[in-house]
Amino acid sequence: MTQEAIAAGTAPHIIVRDLTMAFGSFVLMHDLTFTINHGDVFIIMGGSGSGKSTLLRHLIGLMEPARGEILYGAINFTRSSGPEREQILQGVGVLFQSGALWSAMTLAENIGLPLEEYTDLSPAEIRDVASLKLALVGLKGFEDYYPSQISGGMQKRAGLARAMALDPRILFFDEPSAGLDPITARLLDELILELRDSLGTTVVVVTHDLASIYTIGNNSIFLDSDARTITASGSPQELRAHAQDAKLRSFLTRGGTHNP
Amino acid sequence: MRPTVTNQVSFERVDGVLLVSLAGRWQLRRGLASSEALEKEFQGVPRIVRVAFDAKRLNDWDTSILTFLATVSDVARQRGVPVDPAGLPPGIHRLLDLAEAVPERQGARQEARHAPLLERIGTGTLAVAGSARELLSFVGDMAITFVRLFRMKARYRASDLFLLIQQCGPQALPIVTLISFLVGVILAFVGAVQLKQFGAQLYVANLVGVAMVREMGAMMTAILMAGRTGAAFAAQIGTMKVTQEIDAFTTLGLSPLEFLVLPRTVALILMMPLLCVYADVVGIAGGAAIGVGMLDLSWTTYVQQTVHAVSMRDLAGGVFKSGVYGVLIALAGCLRGLQSGTSSSAVGDAATSAVVSGIVAIIVACGVFAVVFYVLGI
Repeated sequence: MTQEAIAAGTAPHIIVRDLTMAFGSFVLMHDLTFTINHGDVFIIMGGSGSGKSTLLRHLIGLMEPARGEILYGAINFTRSSGPEREQILQGVGVLFQSGALWSAMTLAENIGLPLEEYTDLSPAEIRDVASLKLALVGLKGFEDYYPSQISGGMQKRAGLARAMALDPRILFFDEPSAGLDPITARLLDELILELRDSLGTTVVVVTHDLASIYTIGNNSIFLDSDARTITASGSPQELRAHAQDAKLRSFLTRGGTHNP
Repeated sequence: MRPTVTNQVSFERVDGVLLVSLAGRWQLRRGLASSEALEKEFQGVPRIVRVAFDAKRLNDWDTSILTFLATVSDVARQRGVPVDPAGLPPGIHRLLDLAEAVPERQGARQEARHAPLLERIGTGTLAVAGSARELLSFVGDMAITFVRLFRMKARYRASDLFLLIQQCGPQALPIVTLISFLVGVILAFVGAVQLKQFGAQLYVANLVGVAMVREMGAMMTAILMAGRTGAAFAAQIGTMKVTQEIDAFTTLGLSPLEFLVLPRTVALILMMPLLCVYADVVGIAGGAAIGVGMLDLSWTTYVQQTVHAVSMRDLAGGVFKSGVYGVLIALAGCLRGLQSGTSSSAVGDAATSAVVSGIVAIIVACGVFAVVFYVLGI
């Protein structure tokens, strides 16, 4: 994989092959095959209950595929274990739906923990890095607050600061705009684009927020809960212009109104 | 004029058309109209070919009328009779359309099914086998984690460990004091009544001393800690599962076993023996209070008799057991927490089952120790 290919956004970062997700004998989605390139803002779309978040849990190794495999670059993530898997996971940051901050630690400690574990920085340096990450998400001065002392939206932003702690090459967002006011949601979108442009981070977003899908997404897949697989993929704008599938059209246009 | 009439419905047949007349005030608080009369109308002859409505005398309405109308259209649909909603006010019409806009999803309805006995036995057996496998793999993982601890490779936060030691050591002292003092008193009472018959009151000191040091000190502390600390561990870890904090550890490549379970286990292993020795002493003091206060023994005699009766070996045995109980309490609490589901009631269940399985494990271990110590002659 060459630097030019990465710059051109054509180098595959994550490859998913024939992924089947199942709970016991209940198959949620089958034969998912797609590629996320370096520098993509990749959107996983779908209605409620279609398995978007479950797909994300598969991508970050919290659930094991019933069939198929997930590759990070040339490494087979599904079959990896031990240090190899740990190394992949260190290059991954996740913003969970509820923020998932460790409630027994202050914000600075939350962001500092991954740094303590995986870098040789001194405690003072770690605190500086944590302050910077908090400043990036607009939470300067909140270092010593506990997660329960700040609002839900702030917890979410602090969760993003923690996800960015190790400067991951790929960031996963589970419903980032859920529970945020429209202005904060837009700021988050801008931050996502900024991270991609300045740090070259690959971003994978699970969402059904149309405004943010069109603003940030340059590639996407649509999960259909009836067909139980991917029924469309491509850039969201193009899908809106050219989609044939009635269900996808109705999703992308909020059920028919053409100005979402 | 305020209409006071409640919901009224009447049926009329005109050339096979069932005309449903709706009148009065339809309000949920005043109850729903019965659909029995409707069923009867459909059973009557001649056959109904169409259902129509007359709502001219309808005063006001809420969803109670929609519920009734939904029943009407269900009954009509089952018999293949078309329903003509033209006579209904437009608001009702639109809401009914909305209720029928999304068809029922096939297989979405969950029906209570009574599984046959064999199936229930089978599922039960599989569940037991599954939880045994889970338990084994948890114990195995913890063994590996402890090996990493001894090789100084385990990752956990020292500040967490100190906080946990504080929680399951010093903070447990008041309750341990109360309970073990009372256990000492109770043992002394029971012994005093029996031994007095032989004039052997002095041996109350032996009874209380040996019983506390060998068994009761360790066991009472363990049961207290299972209720106090084991439940807390399960609730803490269970809540962290609900809020995805455990997932956050895993995705950072940090093991929840090292970060959460290890410090909790270590804290209990360190604190339980100390609490046990403390409980022994307080229990003996409780016995002495009875011996001195009721049996007219002197403090010195009581203490001398206790020192004479209790051997170092007894003490070491009790302390060793308490360490093992500590491991059992911590593992039961943490395992139940990690197995917890993601709802508030699941966390409650996890805490409950942590206490239950902790106490069961303690009593079973106590029995095993009794046999082993007997065989080894300790």
